[in-house]
Amino acid sequence: MIPELGLAALWLAAALAALQLAGGVLAQRDHAADLAATVRPAAIMQGLLALFAFLMLLRSFVVTDLSVKLVADNSHSMKPLIFKLAGAWGNHEGSMLLWVTVMSLAGGLIALIERRLPERTMQATLAAQGFVALGFYAFLLLSSNPFERLPVPAVEGLGLNPLLQDIGLAFHPPTLYFGYVGLSVAFSFAVGALLTRQVTPEFARVMRPWVLGAWVFLTLGITAGSYWAYYELGWGGWWFWDPVENASLMPWLAATALLHSASVLAARDALRSWTIMLGVVAFSMSMVGTFLVRSGILTSVHAFAVDPERGSFILALLALYIGGALLLFALRAGTISEGQRFAMVSREGALVFNNVMLSATLGIVLLGTLYPLLAEAFGARVSVGPPYFNPVSAIFVVPMLIVMTLGPLLRWRHDNIDRIRLPLAILVAVAVSLALLVGLLASIGLLPMLGLVLSLPLAIAAFLPLVGRRLTRVPLASWGMVIAHFGVAVALFGMASESAFTRERLAAVAIGGTERVAGWQVTLEGIDAVAGPNWTALEARILAQRGAGEPVRITPQARNFWTPPQQTTESAQITRWDGQLYAVIGDQTSDGRWQLRLWWKPFVTFIWYGGVLIALGGVLAIVGRVSGDLKRRRATRRGATRRKERVGLRGEPSAAGDTA
Amino acid sequence: MKALIALFLAVAAVPLAAQDSMPPAPYAYRQLDDPAQEAAAQALMETLRCLKCQSQSIADSDAPMAGDMRHQVRTRIAAGEEPEAIRAWLVERYGDYVSYAPQISPVTWPLFAVPLLILIVAALILRRRIGGKGGE
Repeated sequence: MIPELGLAALWLAAALAALQLAGGVLAQRDHAADLAATVRPAAIMQGLLALFAFLMLLRSFVVTDLSVKLVADNSHSMKPLIFKLAGAWGNHEGSMLLWVTVMSLAGGLIALIERRLPERTMQATLAAQGFVALGFYAFLLLSSNPFERLPVPAVEGLGLNPLLQDIGLAFHPPTLYFGYVGLSVAFSFAVGALLTRQVTPEFARVMRPWVLGAWVFLTLGITAGSYWAYYELGWGGWWFWDPVENASLMPWLAATALLHSASVLAARDALRSWTIMLGVVAFSMSMVGTFLVRSGILTSVHAFAVDPERGSFILALLALYIGGALLLFALRAGTISEGQRFAMVSREGALVFNNVMLSATLGIVLLGTLYPLLAEAFGARVSVGPPYFNPVSAIFVVPMLIVMTLGPLLRWRHDNIDRIRLPLAILVAVAVSLALLVGLLASIGLLPMLGLVLSLPLAIAAFLPLVGRRLTRVPLASWGMVIAHFGVAVALFGMASESAFTRERLAAVAIGGTERVAGWQVTLEGIDAVAGPNWTALEARILAQRGAGEPVRITPQARNFWTPPQQTTESAQITRWDGQLYAVIGDQTSDGRWQLRLWWKPFVTFIWYGGVLIALGGVLAIVGRVSGDLKRRRATRRGATRRKERVGLRGEPSAAGDTA
Repeated sequence: MKALIALFLAVAAVPLAAQDSMPPAPYAYRQLDDPAQEAAAQALMETLRCLKCQSQSIADSDAPMAGDMRHQVRTRIAAGEEPEAIRAWLVERYGDYVSYAPQISPVTWPLFAVPLLILIVAALILRRRIGGKGGE
């Protein structure tokens, strides 16, 4: 009964999405259309119904209802509760239901609280939101029904991949989905504004918290995914240019460009059509990401061709939304003026430059990710990896970093380079002396060198906008910018330092033997057999000592899971302020020694500290913007009440009261 | 484990280093003694694809085939071969798929032409947006 209730709620929600679409479209023709009044309630109800369906799925997982196919395939009665819950979205159908649920709730929320935009624009926005949701409901109901029953209930569930029974991974996909969905709201606002030609600073202010929120979630998702790959895969790599990683990087790049462009629109009423365009692109990248991850095309183009139903469905949705939005953009963009003008040397000029660089980088990542798939479809197999992505994207990223260092120092509209001569001279001096220092002491590659040389000036410049201001009076949103830009510098420094200065030691070590890597003395004390709930492992007892410091014991493991059979390496790290020692135990050699893999990775942790700082900056900006909006709204309301009271006291018509 | 390796060797279309005995090849998990040679080998390995994994280089994988390929790369570097010659040899055996660094060819030219195009378009957009006149 429970799964059927969920399914029924899903159908009802789909019907309400259709109503929302129809009402919003009719409202464009005729303000007083009967259906126009239903748009907001339909959006709210649709959100609640989707939430209800998702809760029903969660319940089926919690009680392990083995008559539901999805539960039987992905859960197990003996699994801990948290992983039962995570199992609900750790699969194709459940994750798509989560996608739709979050999207509908977001739509319901804007229908409930957002009153700043003209009502017609809001109705167009909600119609667009309904249109997108409808496609996903169709996808769920027609080809990925999460509530499908088995003819005969299974005796026991098939369990969950042990690699996925990891608390980090349980929350990794929802994090990225929140990001994708936030961009769908931005997309709906963009379509709504485009339809009603209301591309105003107010529109940018309404859209901005959603873009910022999406961007924070994407940042956290990417950072967590990178750290997971780093410690779980056992080779110390933190970014592989894997298509799945790129699927989250591309929306992030687009969202980064969008949030800066929306800021220009909100503050200066410039870059109107550019902001709309980026809104469309950002959501397109979310759809491309969903398509890459969910269609099975990554395992092999041929697997996709054999069972193309789901993939084709998402591809069709992709073509419909993106093609439709781009067509609308092409038809309407001409009628939207670009807004306020600005000079080349100005805050806007720097932001436009970096927007173009971000978009170009996005183009490179998109090309490198999709081209191998395209080539494979035509029978040729090529690989595109770091030797391609790193240098080619650097063509655009390096100028971007330079402009990012200077941009926040410039004034809006028009500025003069002479005015920032002093900070500029200091930053250039820092960069040049750093380059000379590193060049003399070590020989490292060009890209790590550029990364190091650019990171320090960027870190310093991030704080320069605060100079000469009373720190207590700096708005929260400006603190957000300072901290996020500083986070980029920190992450960049970590990446460059890790690629330039990592020391590796691979060796076969006898029990009691000692190896050295970059100032560390590492002794293999012994190997123990240990067991967990569903695995056995060989655990190495390793004593690591840095110089004459206190020895530290670490215990990397080589684990064997039995349901399903799988081997994993559990690396062990020792973290110091200036880097991490990374140890992995491998197989035994024929002469009885053990394969030990050791790395010293200077400042590698800065990569993820930087990611967290960037996200923190985003959170500060959201809090600052939203609280500012609330304050402004309260002030307007208070003003309105006061006017009304005054009018009431004097007993005059309201028009006269307004002059006071 | 041995059965797995045997199975894998039987399945692999071109058994690599068939003359090697069953345990992991000596240089799969051992570095070359000369740091310069090891650095060259490492740089090359990071750009070669592990054919049995999803999106990992042979420098990042525990798959037996990746180990064999690491052994091949290290022994050939130690024998004084140029990294690009080793890459060419591997590409000849396994096709372009094995190398993460695409070379310009009739199949891959768009990978190099499109970035050029993006560069030109970016320059044009920037000229229109913020060149001279200042906006539109």
